[in-house]
Amino acid sequence: MSLTPAELTSAVAGGIGSSPQRPDGNLKVRGEFAYASDLWHEDMIWGATLRSPHPYARILSIDLTEALQVPGVYAVLTHEDVRGKNRYGLEHKDQPVLAEDIVRYQGEPVALVGADHPETAQRAMKRIKVKYEVLTPVVDMETAVDDTPLHPGGNLVRHVPVRRGDQHAEAEVVVTGRYEVGMQDQAFLGPESGLAVPAEDGGVDLYIATQWLHVDQGQVAAALGLPLERVRLTLSGVGGAFGGREDLSMQVHACLLALHTGKPTKMVYNREESFYGHVHRHPAVLYYEHGADRTGKLVYVKARIYLDGGAYASSTPAVVANSATLGVGPYDVDNVTVDCWGVFTNNPPCGAMRGFGAVQSAFAYESQMDKLAEALGMDPVDVRIVNAMSEGSVMPTGQVVDSAAPVAQLLKLVKDKPMPPLSTAVDLRDMPGGVSNTTHGEGVVRGVGYAVGIKNICFSEGYDDYSTARVRLQIINGEPAALAHTAAAEVGQGLVTIMQQIVRTELGVERVTILPMDTSIGNGGSTSASRQTYVTGGAVKAACAAVREKLAKLAGGRDLAGVDLVGLLGDDVIDETVEWRHRATEPIDPETGQGNAHVQYGFAAHRAVVDVDVELGLVKVVELDCAQDVGKALNPQAVLGQIQGGSAQGLGLAVMEEIQTEGGKVRNPSFTDYLIPTVLDMPPMSIDVLELADPNAPYGVRGVGEPPTISSTPAIVAAIRAATGLALTRVPVRPEHITGT
Amino acid sequence: MRVNVTVNGEPRQADDVWEGESLLFLLRERLGLPGSKNACEQGECGSCTVYLDDTPVCSCLVAAGQVQDREVRTVEGLADGDRLDPVQEAFVEAGAVQCGFCTPGLVVAAHDLLDRVPRPSDPEIREALAGNLCRCTGYEKILDAVRLAATRKADPEAASR
Repeated sequence: MSLTPAELTSAVAGGIGSSPQRPDGNLKVRGEFAYASDLWHEDMIWGATLRSPHPYARILSIDLTEALQVPGVYAVLTHEDVRGKNRYGLEHKDQPVLAEDIVRYQGEPVALVGADHPETAQRAMKRIKVKYEVLTPVVDMETAVDDTPLHPGGNLVRHVPVRRGDQHAEAEVVVTGRYEVGMQDQAFLGPESGLAVPAEDGGVDLYIATQWLHVDQGQVAAALGLPLERVRLTLSGVGGAFGGREDLSMQVHACLLALHTGKPTKMVYNREESFYGHVHRHPAVLYYEHGADRTGKLVYVKARIYLDGGAYASSTPAVVANSATLGVGPYDVDNVTVDCWGVFTNNPPCGAMRGFGAVQSAFAYESQMDKLAEALGMDPVDVRIVNAMSEGSVMPTGQVVDSAAPVAQLLKLVKDKPMPPLSTAVDLRDMPGGVSNTTHGEGVVRGVGYAVGIKNICFSEGYDDYSTARVRLQIINGEPAALAHTAAAEVGQGLVTIMQQIVRTELGVERVTILPMDTSIGNGGSTSASRQTYVTGGAVKAACAAVREKLAKLAGGRDLAGVDLVGLLGDDVIDETVEWRHRATEPIDPETGQGNAHVQYGFAAHRAVVDVDVELGLVKVVELDCAQDVGKALNPQAVLGQIQGGSAQGLGLAVMEEIQTEGGKVRNPSFTDYLIPTVLDMPPMSIDVLELADPNAPYGVRGVGEPPTISSTPAIVAAIRAATGLALTRVPVRPEHITGT
Repeated sequence: MRVNVTVNGEPRQADDVWEGESLLFLLRERLGLPGSKNACEQGECGSCTVYLDDTPVCSCLVAAGQVQDREVRTVEGLADGDRLDPVQEAFVEAGAVQCGFCTPGLVVAAHDLLDRVPRPSDPEIREALAGNLCRCTGYEKILDAVRLAATRKADPEAASR
């Protein structure tokens, strides 16, 4: 299999608003698409990572002697072999490439082995002798700040306060609650993997599955002590990401081995190592108090939110800002007091995952809205609609929501959908517990629940968030053909299709080739924050506009619509590269959280219908319906795919997904013990897609990927509460939470 | 050890196979067939599903030595040259492919289902695919794809119209 990914060409018609086939679809169904774990190189060796078995320990000594004697071993490396700076990180460079004197989480990389076969590498790793002095880990996020400092600056990563209105407001009806969110894993199916090839110039070419080539490049180059231009990254096939590939995993490790041995080095994690090899969703403890008048109108919201960032900072600062600024949900509230703290512990590092801080807050504020409805004797949808924000509403940060915010409409859409019928015939496959044959309907109670959520789209707080796109137009074989090139990572979401659609629409050219994504072109920004269609889509659109301008000059003022491109271009090639930015945001005030921090807001609402076996605590989600505003559906099929997939991840957090830790140690690092929804768990969905254009965004698009993950979880838990009458303040809901056993 | 096996109709041979290697490793790293995927390597995700003789198996759970003198059919062996199998075609058309890492296993599992049950009900599809994890799609479009493939296989003329 070739190292360079295939150029993707598709001759299928289809501009924006249609759903043409993915240009990589045929390769993927044939098993011929080259994922990072599929790469092969003549003379390549295999890398492996020795990881700390302890959540917190001092390294007393490392003895490599026996490991180096294993036949077939080419190198065994420690922190002493890190050529550049032994620190990396997305926001704070606090994480060692290989541990020096201290390990701060179970699974922290300590040493590397390069060998002729993965099994040889495993055997050699077992012969590395590391002596540890085990230390008492810090594991409680609520007390971590006052516990043993794990980093020089202490254990507070970031505190974001949001203050708006009267800080001493009082209300007739008050509901309070404490909520917990477990640690969710992205569980992308393609494991961390890549191939590093040493280059003649002393640099390295890295073929890698990542979400952000350029931020990887900078971190890898710094750790290798090489100038940027000698560290070249090419995106290989990516088997899903969901935030888990925003931080480095094996990137520097493979390059160190390759440069040390002079041999191409492949690293592929197995599933267990993958659980240790990437950051997770922050577990959270959230204290909320909602005050309302008798009509249900919110008077104030107070919240204290703790997020466990684990051992290193990763993207915790940005996650904290999201949890805080989106902390009251898509509701109009005049008086807000929110504090969110992200802290260091010796638990697994946490960072980006789909929903990024908004998920944790939403579980709490939506649980509170149901509690408020109950206290008032109101319908849970009505109490939400009474408080629903709309265009022109003011966020707790003071930011005015200046495009569509159809919160009430989304709620009405899911509420008005027909209910799934209560089945009369017993089919075990429809029962909680399924073909385990745990019930034939006895003890099964149905419940219905609703939720709505809010998410910021694109990067926030003044970040210079842009993408770079190059578009080339020429005549090939007598036909106009376009080519588009970016460094924006296709991770499965379908950016390659969207790019083709935009070029077709903008240039009227059917044949569009997408070049492999790599660092030979400028930054494309991260494939996260639901931002790529918006930002890289915007860049491709702008590059097409630059191409059109050149065409217009060639045409000498003639209307381009009627022009024969073949005759006009002849042998000329138009090649334009453009950097494109969305409108700027601002930092928030560190004391009050005030500021125009976000670019755009996305909203989705869910209705969940569940059957609960109240005797065994088993839950079957019968139907999960969604309404979401996407601004403009550039590819309606892909939009539905995002809503369905995002909702499924929310279902996972509601009823099954949690990395369970004990004393900082992960108890379930496998797909046997960490469960993600199967096709039997995921119910049919009825989906309404609104297209209320955002005038500030290219084509009016609104980011799609994250909102459905946010409201899915609280809707399902609300439905389980409705069925059981239980408070259920923690996700995932486990059978014992329902049975009380 | 040496392993002789027929893969996608062709006799293949691999030398120096370590006894602990799986069929998945043999296919991916020794026979140049990386289509079968390595998502969990513990029999939970189904992404490595292949036919062993005529039975779908998780190739990560089969030792390489066990396939001596047997027949293996992988996702790479389903298409007829450039012509995709109807299941493959339906997966692309229905939008059942996002990242695609689960796709090879799901395509083989769905192919097997439609061979056994030409017009499966939704519960039958769900049961048959329950051993294949997908993290991107929420499965709705995978169900669409299997329904579409079933319709086309049952009435190929309708499909070509």
